Amino acid sequence: MGGKSEPAKSESMATTTTSPDLINSSFFSFKSLKLKTKQQELLLRISILGLVYILAFIARLFSVLRYESMIHEFDPYFNYRTTLFLTEKGFYEFWNWFDSESWYPLGRIIGGTLYPGLMVTAALIYWALRFLRFFVHIREVCVLTAPFFASNTTLVAYFFGKEIWDTGAGLVAAVLIAICPGYISRSVAGSYDNEAVAIFALLLTFYLFVKAVNTGSLAWALASAFGYFYMVSAWGGYVFIINLVPLYVLVLLITGRYSMRLYIAYNCMYILGMLLAMQIRFVGFQHVQSGEHMGAMGVFLLMQVFYFLDWVKYQLNDTKLFQTFLRITVTSAIMVGGIALGLGTASGYISPWTGRFYSLLDPTYAKDHIPIIASVSEHQPTAWSSFMFDYHILLFLFPAGLYFCFKRLSDATIFIVMYGLTSLYFAGVMVRLILVATPAVCLISAIAVSATVKNLTSLLRTKQKVSQTGSTKGAGSSKASSKVTLDQSQPFQKNGAIALLVGVFYLLSRYAIHCTWVTSEAYSSPSIVLAARGAHGNRILFDDYREAYYWLRQNTPTDAKIMSWWDYGYQITAMGNRTVIVDNNTWNNTHIATVGRAMSSNEDEAYEIMRSLDVNYVLVVFGGVTGYSSDDINKFLWMVRIGGGVYPVIKEPEYLVNGEFRVDKGASPKMLNCLMYKLCYYRFGELTTEYGKPPGYDRARGVEIGNKDIKLEHLEEAYTTSNWIVRIYRVKPPTNRL
Amino acid sequence: MVKSTTKDARDLFHTLRSAYVATPTNLKIIDLYVCFAVFTALIQVAYMALVGSFPFNSFLSGVLSCIGTAVLAVCLRIQVNKENKEFKNLAPERAFADFVLCNLVLHLVIINFLG
Repeated sequence: MGGKSEPAKSESMATTTTSPDLINSSFFSFKSLKLKTKQQELLLRISILGLVYILAFIARLFSVLRYESMIHEFDPYFNYRTTLFLTEKGFYEFWNWFDSESWYPLGRIIGGTLYPGLMVTAALIYWALRFLRFFVHIREVCVLTAPFFASNTTLVAYFFGKEIWDTGAGLVAAVLIAICPGYISRSVAGSYDNEAVAIFALLLTFYLFVKAVNTGSLAWALASAFGYFYMVSAWGGYVFIINLVPLYVLVLLITGRYSMRLYIAYNCMYILGMLLAMQIRFVGFQHVQSGEHMGAMGVFLLMQVFYFLDWVKYQLNDTKLFQTFLRITVTSAIMVGGIALGLGTASGYISPWTGRFYSLLDPTYAKDHIPIIASVSEHQPTAWSSFMFDYHILLFLFPAGLYFCFKRLSDATIFIVMYGLTSLYFAGVMVRLILVATPAVCLISAIAVSATVKNLTSLLRTKQKVSQTGSTKGAGSSKASSKVTLDQSQPFQKNGAIALLVGVFYLLSRYAIHCTWVTSEAYSSPSIVLAARGAHGNRILFDDYREAYYWLRQNTPTDAKIMSWWDYGYQITAMGNRTVIVDNNTWNNTHIATVGRAMSSNEDEAYEIMRSLDVNYVLVVFGGVTGYSSDDINKFLWMVRIGGGVYPVIKEPEYLVNGEFRVDKGASPKMLNCLMYKLCYYRFGELTTEYGKPPGYDRARGVEIGNKDIKLEHLEEAYTTSNWIVRIYRVKPPTNRL
Repeated sequence: MVKSTTKDARDLFHTLRSAYVATPTNLKIIDLYVCFAVFTALIQVAYMALVGSFPFNSFLSGVLSCIGTAVLAVCLRIQVNKENKEFKNLAPERAFADFVLCNLVLHLVIINFLG
């Protein structure tokens, strides 16, 4: 508080000196302003928070300004489609929706297999705006949901920082999280994904729970249960909350900080939160049956034991008797608990940790056993460069903040330390989870910044007061009473403090510059529209994806079935409005393996598989003409691995030459004849892609292709986009038998 | 060893009983309510053991409503107990209002979950 009112005074002084004609009229107000420091401070805080709110929103709007207001990537298209369905058909139809347009011929129970929080939130905002007579299109609401909730997250971060440390730390935390690239990466405008809302729900739940533990009020615990419910409805990552909170309670119990407030907060949140969470069909009974949730139940029972022991101890007032009682109870409780857990796990009633979360504890698990989880690029372990890229100065402010937290240990700081350490561990295992660690890193760094700045400015202010009371200037040599240790090296300390403050200011400004640059360059690309620089430096846009999907929408029969790799499934159903065989939900590994097998077999075998699945069109993505490297040929080995995981007839070494993946003349014959190769390179041998290179030069792989003379027997080319990125083929009906 | 344990157990029992008689009446009423709720939950578990657990959501909602209201009553007891230093600034009316609100939410969710 002291550091903040100083600039406020100079601010008000500056305004009055620059406008002399207002001095007379504002003379009274100036005098009254000067006295009420608390009101000035409140005004400053509210204006800072307001500016941070707006900043968080507009920092995420780069892609809307550069391209247009559209949904990015792959998963958001599914969320958009379900939100559209919700607003058109209503909640009952949405909750009981069985979709026959994906996973042909199996279909998908969408109502029971999604997290409805995001869609319901966007629909509510949409209906609220319509009620106020703002007739916006649902797509605009979807695109801007993420920045809106990012702004709300900054507010929650402010309150959380205030709870843990003080208002200064809260303000710094709000600013840091508003522009931190780790959070921006998944919440730009257009990234309409679960994490946009989930991070807000996560931070809100944690804040409400810490508030409940600090105050011991049932009302706050109820609020945290609702926060948990919102988190469960929004994202599968709620498992992090249901494990971190019990772990935190356990740590408090071990460090001897058991208190009545903790009992009230945890129990109310656990019971009500668990009941509310089970209302989401996708979660179902997991809270009592799945191994990932057993920790919470165990801690719940432990809390009952603790409370009971505490009550008995209070009643007895006799330590010796209590010790015997303690011995009996603890041994019996541990025995009963151990037997129950053992029985449950052995009989299979308590399911073990699912692959997705088990691979967090054992990172090598997915690579050996579940290739589909290992193939997603977001699930790879994080490199140091990613940490530096996403956090910048927060990376070294984090240990500094930890030091401050340990200096002033309380229930709240223990929580934030645990949150920070566990989330950083998981961020190291999987790139995607840097997002979950971001709020903790921002909060702890904010504590470091705020505490440092406060100490430095208090040094400056104390120095001023000392000089005003007339003590000797430059009394560096006097070794008199140094109760006020500032006296000894006065001039150097003031200069040192000013230098350090300038340094802090410089670091924070570099952070802001870095974050803006990262957001602009790396995280604002819609992925569905590609951009490149032409020969004269002008920007060229490749809108091939949408071109292909709209061609599908307008030129194919409405009941046509499209086969493609699972990455594009959501986009095809949302924009092309056609039935697909597999999509990004990846719930059925065998079905995906069947598609993978079809893509890796030669044309005749693939034709049989396609006839069995009623496929009418095949869609492939090819980057050879533009040099686009995320195309299907580069993903091909994953198709082989996933197909080979279910059908042993597909063997990965057959597609490699000496362990190397090649598409030129030296490629393996199986590779040169497989369906994916033929569909990607059909007629490519006649095309000259680069000046000075032979025709059929693949710019993405940097080689001339091996098999230029491709003939298709069972398929015919239906459409190739203008830059050859998406290629669509029609499956011909079987020839008449004579 | 066994004899001393049984003697200890009997001493324990007597001391507890005599200490418990001294608690104020409002706390004893809350304790009675907690025991009733837990007893109901045990009856439901015994019934489930007899006839099987289908439909599971009904069983869960029944048992959790009993456990939930017992836990909330214990929280009320903590907040109303005059001997707890941490809560001496909390008015008992506020504690009771919180208790009623949480129970309301609990039972609304139970009714939705009952199926």
